Amino acid sequence: MRFHVRAGDIEHGGSASAKIKNELTTIGVDEMTARRAGIVAFEGEMNLIVYSADGGTLSVEVEPGAILIEVRDTGPGIEDIDLAMTPGYSTAPEWATDLGFGAGMGLVNMQANSDGFEIESRLGEGTTIRCRVDRPAPAGVDRQGGP
Amino acid sequence: MTLEDLAKAIEGAILVHGNRPDTQVERAFAADLLSDVLSLACNDERTTLVTGMVNPQVMRVAEILSIAAVIIVRGKVPPQSMVEYAEDLGIPLLTTRKTLFETCGLMFASGVAPCRAMSASESRSRP
Repeated sequence: MRFHVRAGDIEHGGSASAKIKNELTTIGVDEMTARRAGIVAFEGEMNLIVYSADGGTLSVEVEPGAILIEVRDTGPGIEDIDLAMTPGYSTAPEWATDLGFGAGMGLVNMQANSDGFEIESRLGEGTTIRCRVDRPAPAGVDRQGGP
Repeated sequence: MTLEDLAKAIEGAILVHGNRPDTQVERAFAADLLSDVLSLACNDERTTLVTGMVNPQVMRVAEILSIAAVIIVRGKVPPQSMVEYAEDLGIPLLTTRKTLFETCGLMFASGVAPCRAMSASESRSRP
């Protein structure tokens, strides 16, 4: 699944992530994994809307053992990633905080709900975040012994 | 407690009844910022959200977290788009003129328990 998210498009904010969560549940992904993937996608989607210069893409791939989520934009980039990852730290503009955004928990929530989390950012070039949400092994299947 | 008992306890009104007539409100949490809601990663299907936010994102977050019901406080009037979205999702929507604090207090006194906040590692280890 791939969604283009427009900068500033608050009205549709979160709709791609709600679709993603629904679709994951529909294809048989367990509720907790779908919920965690939904949280990761939602935070990524809202970041594109509130912070990106020109929007970006939200991509989801479903693998047998994990859900892979990539959020990519083309700027402005994050100046200090460690600071941006600090719980409660936010640079959200006032219009966004008025609407309930900018708790300073976005990236924190993405990482907390991911089993793999990578963030790359360059000022003026953009930010790419890759998250992996592992699916629990079905009962009786030992994933360690798999290929 | 049932939605009707909850509405009585918080002197509120039920705007949307939802698609599960047997909805029971057993747990709740309250927040006015979306990411604070999402940071809880609750695993309890019966968790209710108490908030002063009125925008479509609230319902999208409720959908993602499989929230049992949403209670809007401080007498805010949810826009028609939010009400319709709640109807489409089948998630109950209630309103009250009480403040966030008082609403929570009344619910707590009525036996509604705090949401069990789970750390991400706990949520991972669950089957």
